[in-house]
Amino acid sequence: MKLLRMSPADGDVLLAEGDPELAEDEQRLIEEFRRQLDLGMWAAVPAEGAAGRREATLVRDFSEVPRGAESVIFFPQAAGGRA
Amino acid sequence: MSAAHDPRAERRALELLRSVAGEDAAAMYEELGFVGVEPREGEGRYGYLIYPHRPVVAYDAASGELLSEYCVGFPDRSAGEAGERLPDADDVLAKWIGLCADERRLIGVANMDRPGRQLDPGLVRRDLDTLRRWRADRTEEVPA
Repeated sequence: MKLLRMSPADGDVLLAEGDPELAEDEQRLIEEFRRQLDLGMWAAVPAEGAAGRREATLVRDFSEVPRGAESVIFFPQAAGGRA
Repeated sequence: MSAAHDPRAERRALELLRSVAGEDAAAMYEELGFVGVEPREGEGRYGYLIYPHRPVVAYDAASGELLSEYCVGFPDRSAGEAGERLPDADDVLAKWIGLCADERRLIGVANMDRPGRQLDPGLVRRDLDTLRRWRADRTEEVPA
């Protein structure tokens, strides 16, 4: 599993990578996941739905990330723009 | 594209858009400069046009009537000298994720306005027509 973050300077950056089935990797992934949410990021898990339609789910805790997910994408939370 | 961004950042953002939203969405963005999101069959009636760093435009997917502009951004306040703005393709992907994952949440955060507040409705209607033709052409290209 890869944890990726959108970034103004770089496009996206790889924050962490590991196998959540391995305890050591899972702990590292959880810590990075929490750190990003503490920074105010939203976390999304991409998926492929029925008929190959691309989908994404917002998650608030690492335990909500489906087993087998290949990546979690972090991005700044939405804010209302010019009114 | 935002002049302030490194072209490599935009290319990486485009590849992330492709890997998450799919080949069609990435091709749409590359060729048309925006991404269209249609409601799932039998679910909802609103379609959206997603422009980079411009409002999201909601339209009636059946009639094509323009309904609203939703002004929303994803400022990265931790980015320092790089500025707060994501690369264009990342901004589009963030809106796409927001609409696909939690449409109400994204719309609830956005500032809503009538069509024409920031984007010329004539140009948006032309984009909708272009999108329909683009989709029809892509469908015809798929071998039987």
